[in-house]
Amino acid sequence: MSKYSLTSLIRHGLTGHRGWKPAWRHPEPKAEYDAVIVGGGGHGLATAYYLAKNHGTTNIAVLEKGWLGGGNTGRNTTIVRSNYLLDGNAKFYEHGMKLWEGLSQDLNYNVMFSQRGVLNLAHSKGQLETFRRRGNAMRLNGIDAEILNRDDVAKFVPAMDTSPNTRFPIEGGLLQPRGGSARHDAVAWGYARSADQRGVDIIQNCEVTGIRRDQNGVLGVETSRGYIATKKIGLAVAGHSSQLAAMADVRLPIESHVLQAMVSEPVKPVLDTVVTFGAAHLYVSQSDKGELVMGGDIDGYNSFAQRGSLAVIEHVTTCLVALFPQFSRLRILRTWGGIMDMTTDGSPIIGTTPVPGLFLNGGWCYGGFKATPASGWVFAHTLATGQPHALNAELSLDRFHTGRVLDEKGAGPYPWLH
Amino acid sequence: MILITCPHCGPRQESEFTYGGDGANARPAAPEDVDDAAWIDYLHLRDNHKGPHDELWQHVQGCRRWLQVRRDVVTHQVISCHVLSADIADLADSADMVEGER
Ligand SMILES: Cc1cc2nc3c(=O)[nH]c(=O)nc-3n(C[C@H](O)[C@H](O)[C@H](O)COP(=O)(O)OP(=O)(O)OC[C@H]3O[C@@H](n4cnc5c(N)ncnc54)[C@H](O)[C@@H]3O)c2cc1C
Ligand SMILES: [Zn+2]
Repeated sequence: MSKYSLTSLIRHGLTGHRGWKPAWRHPEPKAEYDAVIVGGGGHGLATAYYLAKNHGTTNIAVLEKGWLGGGNTGRNTTIVRSNYLLDGNAKFYEHGMKLWEGLSQDLNYNVMFSQRGVLNLAHSKGQLETFRRRGNAMRLNGIDAEILNRDDVAKFVPAMDTSPNTRFPIEGGLLQPRGGSARHDAVAWGYARSADQRGVDIIQNCEVTGIRRDQNGVLGVETSRGYIATKKIGLAVAGHSSQLAAMADVRLPIESHVLQAMVSEPVKPVLDTVVTFGAAHLYVSQSDKGELVMGGDIDGYNSFAQRGSLAVIEHVTTCLVALFPQFSRLRILRTWGGIMDMTTDGSPIIGTTPVPGLFLNGGWCYGGFKATPASGWVFAHTLATGQPHALNAELSLDRFHTGRVLDEKGAGPYPWLH
Repeated sequence: MILITCPHCGPRQESEFTYGGDGANARPAAPEDVDDAAWIDYLHLRDNHKGPHDELWQHVQGCRRWLQVRRDVVTHQVISCHVLSADIADLADSADMVEGER
């Protein structure tokens, strides 16, 4: 398959761009694979890519019930950061950040990763102190973090109302300058194209409906396109993790909840960073097309509906207008929802399960997009070797039984509070 | 917006309620008698049904009663809603008692 480059662009330009080939094949499923990955979102595709690239395992398939990136990958607000407090999370997400920094080159696909900074706003001295603690923990882990006071914030985000007369005056903030955003679809497509080039079969419109196994472990998967034999199954199905695990009688510390997002009509460049308003709950950035991309909290009840309630949309837009009064005249263009796999400690699960040959990548809560490269990297390692990588050792499923939970917020075993 | 018909207050919008989670996840009657594994199952593991789901809601901005709601989590349709009975009433009584004793 041809490499994307300036010369290929010029060459195809000369023939009116009619010569471009599809970026990946549409193969029929084979009877057997060395490993099958369920879920063609960013995580499943990245896993396939790193299995092929880092471990030389290419007789593998990614099975997707719909289309590539049609799940949360294509629905998220694309914030990329590694500003975590706990070691188990911080080192993992920072590995991801490093991969993001070279991803477009590595995949030969422009994922439009833009390190425009992620700024968490503090609205009280107490909140700023907890940010200071997290910022210090980040620095100890070698991750960039800066504490801003109100004047710094005003300079960094001139469009925002930082005056002392607002309803929730801004005290300062925690900035991760290397954080930012990326183009979600491009991440799925880039991984898909590069995995396909290395021989991975990507099979869309193929729903896994059952897992066959005996006492020694898994034997294969039942799908809407027939039975496929395999000794290794990697689940990367986000909001449907519980359903897939249940096919092998595994119960998970996960509840599925709906998270909504929305965009405004496009406007000229006005916001060149990512701002999060955690005290009320809003995060906002501006896409390259000019739309303001916003999200807030999950709706807060179990849901598989991919849509939520107006109350949350009102809340998010109220927060936006509180920070940026001039945006009050913008109209909302679209809203949508995605199904979040919320764990009882708010951190993801990547690793083995009690069933030999069955591996789990899930529990991403709100924050799995940024994890895509790191998640694929360590999940590929886990699938190839049967053992967790050092970076996902703490993200094991059995941490809930050993008590080594990774609860960043200290919210307790209530998935909807994370 | 989910419409929950509180048996005490009538139909009210979701924003008057707070969510209390999986209503089928029963707390072991005598926590001191169960082993760690059983306790962790209760604390962390969920069936996470896709379809009709039994769950708890509290009508915090109304009668403040805890409700046992059965709701389809694919369509968001509320199938049934009852005031949570005996168990919670017992709890409330014992809480009153503790207060009384103080
Ligand atoms: C509104 C919203 C905003 C978000 N914002 C951010 C953010 O700013 N930053 C961030 O880091 N994260 C964010 N997230 C979270 C992030 O999107 C996800 O954690 C991440 O994309 C998960 O990737 P995935 O590949 O695991 O899941 P998905 O992309 O959901 O992929 C899973 C795939 O599995 C498929 N599947 C399911 N069941 C089956 C089956 N039986 N057989 C075959 N295939 C199946 C699905 O069709 C789907 O395509 C957000 C999510 C949402 C919904
Ligand atoms: Zn009521």
